Amino acid sequence: MGPSGTGKTTLLRLITGQVHPDEGFIQVAGENMLALSRAQLYVLRRRMGMLFQNGALLTDLSVFENVAFPLREHTDLTERLIRQLVLTKLQAVGLRGAALLMPAELSGGMARRVALARAIVMDPEILIYDEPFVGLDPISLGVILRLIRRLNDTLGITSIVVSHDVQEISTVADQVYLIAGGKVVAGGTPQELRTNPSEIVKQFIGGLSDGPVPFHFPAPDYYEELLSRSEDL
Amino acid sequence: MFRELWETFIEALEDLGAVVHFLFRLVGNSPRVLLRYDLISQQVFNSGALSLVIIMLSGLFVGMVLGLQGFQLLQRFGSEESLGTAATIGLVKELGPVVTALLFAGRAGTALASELGLMRATDQISAMEMMAVDPIQRVVVPRFLGGVIAMPLLAAIFSVIGIYGAQLVGVQIMGVDAGSFWSQMRGAVSLKDVYEGIAKSFAFGVACSLIAVHQGYYAEPTAEGVGRATTRTVVTSAVVILFLDYLVTAAFL
Repeated sequence: MGPSGTGKTTLLRLITGQVHPDEGFIQVAGENMLALSRAQLYVLRRRMGMLFQNGALLTDLSVFENVAFPLREHTDLTERLIRQLVLTKLQAVGLRGAALLMPAELSGGMARRVALARAIVMDPEILIYDEPFVGLDPISLGVILRLIRRLNDTLGITSIVVSHDVQEISTVADQVYLIAGGKVVAGGTPQELRTNPSEIVKQFIGGLSDGPVPFHFPAPDYYEELLSRSEDL
Repeated sequence: MFRELWETFIEALEDLGAVVHFLFRLVGNSPRVLLRYDLISQQVFNSGALSLVIIMLSGLFVGMVLGLQGFQLLQRFGSEESLGTAATIGLVKELGPVVTALLFAGRAGTALASELGLMRATDQISAMEMMAVDPIQRVVVPRFLGGVIAMPLLAAIFSVIGIYGAQLVGVQIMGVDAGSFWSQMRGAVSLKDVYEGIAKSFAFGVACSLIAVHQGYYAEPTAEGVGRATTRTVVTSAVVILFLDYLVTAAFL
């Protein structure tokens, strides 16, 4: 968790090898990410699933084909087996009936559930969610929230969720890390975080508009700027 | 002033280097992608079949204009029977490949660039990379090859329909003898003329498809960025087509 623009998505991109750090060390599932070749990185990524903020479904493929996409690209399974696997995953997210729809026909919440089905179709060990709750109505939000927890427990995987929704994360997370200004400023269970004395943690958990993360973007003195005769900003 | 010019020149050279490097990447990945003929045939359909109507209509009108202008010009020298030869050589060697390529850049090229740009802007390219699927192989190369295959076919269709259009005006309306029209054409147009047209349309196909996929794939992932990539595709393609046209013409002299 962390305020907007603090580097949460960048951290996810570092973990998944989409961007390279200037310095430092990244280890994922026992592998040194920076020492991997492109082919090795792709092998490692097959053990990961990622849910993008807007779902990132392939718009020219139907819901069924979107979920079948990784299977078709990476396996030689028969059509019958692919059909069964895809329908199983779609059933898990409650969208088996939407298999023939196109992505443009789905609501935001539905698109994210289809993307979730696609992310788990290769049975990954790690599932990564980038801001999964943004722009969802309360019903869709609840559905996604329960799915994250249920998939994590039934599949026995590790889930990394990046979000700034304090309440939602508190109900599903075992461990929460708060990032601010490009650094991890606090970590622990949701309960431990609520009792953390740090000012920035209090501001973030309590949703206070001013504090260590200032309300105002850095600017010259307010009165001086208003009373100035200059016409420039 | 001189320094700015020099910097612009170096920048242009760097851009050209990046495009050539991208072309090598596409060609290097092509053999593997060629095995997936379903992906390529889909793109030949998108770039080729969906451009058919505009190509056929334009071919017909260009041929009709050639028939009319050619007839008036040749009539002055009393050699209107050569209309078939003049129209065919003009279409097969020059107008067919060039006009088709310009239309191809406007219809298929912009569609390719905006599609790829939007795929990047909506994280579809990143999603593929996260699914361990190489987007160059899965998305870019099939589109590139589809364009390279479709372009010569479209140019051929354009020329054939254009010749029919010239015949329609010259023979059916202006009264040129049909036998002279066709026999003079068959006698004067050589295979070398046809090869020149094929070479041009192939070169234009590679250039237009490369420019479109390069602009789209590296488009800035914003609405403005995708718009800019689409515009650049048309402008760059048009200039490159005319430049390549000169080069291939000179090579065939």
